[in-house]
Amino acid sequence: MKNRVFDKFSFLEFKGVAENYLFILPAVVIFSIFYIYPFFEILNLSMHEWNGISLARDFIGLGNFKEIMQDKVWWSSIGHAGYITLIALTFQNMLAFALALSCDRDIRMRKFYRIVFYLPPVLSEVVVGLIWQWILNSGMQSGKPIGLLNYFLTKVHLNHLVHNWLSDPDTALTCIAVVHSWKGFGWGFIILLAGLQTIDRQLYEAAHVDGAGVFSTFKNITVPMMVPVFVMVMILTILGSMQVFVLVLSMVGQGLVYHTEVPVTRILASMTGMSRFGYACAQGIVFGLILMIGSFMLNKISKKAKQE
Amino acid sequence: MGCSQGNQANVVNIWHWMTDRQEVFVELAEQYKEQTGIEVNFELYAPSDEYSKKIVAAAQARVLPDIYGILGEKKKRAAFINSGFVADLTESFNASEGAWEKSLFEKALNVNRFKEDNIYNVKPGIYGVPIDVTNIQMLYNKDLLTKAGIKGYPKTFAQFIKNISTLNRIGIEGLVSGWGETWMVDCFASNYAFNIMGEEKIMATYRGEVPYTDEDWIKVFNIFKVLRKNNALAKGIVAKGNKYAEQDFALGRAAFAFNGSWCVNVYNDMNQDLNYGVMLPPVINEERPMSIWGGAGSSFVVNGISENKQQAIDFLKWLTAKDQQAFLSKKTKNLPANRYALSAIPEILSQFASAMDETTHPSIWKYNENPLVSETFDKGIQSIIIGEKTPEEVAQAVQEVKVREIEKVKKRSMRQ
Repeated sequence: MKNRVFDKFSFLEFKGVAENYLFILPAVVIFSIFYIYPFFEILNLSMHEWNGISLARDFIGLGNFKEIMQDKVWWSSIGHAGYITLIALTFQNMLAFALALSCDRDIRMRKFYRIVFYLPPVLSEVVVGLIWQWILNSGMQSGKPIGLLNYFLTKVHLNHLVHNWLSDPDTALTCIAVVHSWKGFGWGFIILLAGLQTIDRQLYEAAHVDGAGVFSTFKNITVPMMVPVFVMVMILTILGSMQVFVLVLSMVGQGLVYHTEVPVTRILASMTGMSRFGYACAQGIVFGLILMIGSFMLNKISKKAKQE
Repeated sequence: MGCSQGNQANVVNIWHWMTDRQEVFVELAEQYKEQTGIEVNFELYAPSDEYSKKIVAAAQARVLPDIYGILGEKKKRAAFINSGFVADLTESFNASEGAWEKSLFEKALNVNRFKEDNIYNVKPGIYGVPIDVTNIQMLYNKDLLTKAGIKGYPKTFAQFIKNISTLNRIGIEGLVSGWGETWMVDCFASNYAFNIMGEEKIMATYRGEVPYTDEDWIKVFNIFKVLRKNNALAKGIVAKGNKYAEQDFALGRAAFAFNGSWCVNVYNDMNQDLNYGVMLPPVINEERPMSIWGGAGSSFVVNGISENKQQAIDFLKWLTAKDQQAFLSKKTKNLPANRYALSAIPEILSQFASAMDETTHPSIWKYNENPLVSETFDKGIQSIIIGEKTPEEVAQAVQEVKVREIEKVKKRSMRQ
């Protein structure tokens, strides 16, 4: 009798557990196929020399990782992505925040501005790159500049500023960083505006009653309340900017010497240009680790800042 | 897709990247269906970079179509063949006393041929079918040269530089090309390497027997210094894609261009009034001929594991026959692969065709340079053009990479 009850209970319990597993099974299968398997396959490939086609793969252990440590071009590409990220973190996010603050107020046509500011992120990166390539074109026809920027500069008699914007190592990467920021500020604007609108208006009214000025209100209410949103925007900016590459390809093609190389263009070069899939996978792993460490550190700093 | 489609009886599937030819291909496929009852599907995947990635991914997944093209260096082609993804067509070419082989330009066929002593361990044979031929030369804008008072076109490099300064004086830019695409810089440099030192010394360099710091290689790098010093290159050339360079030449923004025979079609679309001629790159060493890159423009291969192999071969035989080649050439303004179809081509294409004897190509060389060394070489040239490095510095940098890569290969072979 006891056994039968136990058996029945055990069966019901098993059925319940099995049902639960059955419900999550599709998600587990999809996750395993599209995330876990590729991850381990990339890890496996990173320890091989493989041309991407042949059936044979040569196991070389950590050889690819050792080579990456000595690959100056790879590390300079990380530096370039870092520079683009720095411009995005400062210029792009400051612009996004300033515009979000403006649109958070009761100004005329604020809905129109919200749409306009969100337009660049909606555009394709290839289209943006090609448009800016035309704007920054340094070519001439019959002695007149073809590029819009150089043409404008000559029109306002600033001929000394006419420049080979995309073929000069001193300006090419900055041009890419500025265009990347121009394209990216819109989504930062939307997130920051959403964050601003979650701040309780009564806090501002109370501060106003207490005689707090605009700057004081901004410093003591807006900024502290926005810290979690800032952190999220910063993490997304870092992840998005470090992985920039479509814009680079559409603006300077295969690159100006090595001055416009970013990590993803190097991974692509290893994979398609040199047929070194193993090395490309190793680069991908190293790059992923760098991004993870960066995001983790930023998260830690923000938690500490919040506690203080 | 791919093999699953290829397994359908009387259906041949083809993947390609040639955006300008899709319509004509479809037209030819309809003609073929009318004649034989066999359906041919041309599937276009562009741009070529994306197409290349698709082919590699399809090979990894074993879903290649019945017919496809392999873009890139011979090493890649060899990897496809050694993995069984490409059918050996030698027997088909040899049938009927080699009639098919004889009808095609030898140089075009050589791109698809692996000889007895090839370094890729590929069984000797012919593994692809050229559907057109191409070569890369220089073009000159006749109207701009006339405007500058220049008669004819330059035959030597010294004359070329002199012409450039004349053109610059009246505000016309000299040479434009898509040197933002490094293979085009590589091609230009390679032409001059052949002219300055000849094939044997280049191959010896690739084998690691001659260093890049050799005086002849310094001369090759120095060409770009001379071009820079004499303001011979269009502004922004190192970051320019070939499409933009083609636009610049077609719209008369530069007097000279370095481009392939496909440009005839492109220029025709951009500016039908463009009055231009074709010339070999002006020689530096008058005692040695100028070699240019050329041969098969686009080639198709037959999937080695396709069940429709014979149908695929029959279609390619039909596609490269005289009538179809003349039709393709007329419609797309590309040079035909079939020598008997040459009589129907326009004058400007004839000028390109007349230099076919001067052509060479990395695909037919016995040795190819390590891709990392090639990248350092091409990027180094870009740095000379922007005035960042001297020819000697670039030569040194390329040699360092070369030595490192040789060491790596040695270590690997010792391990094995």
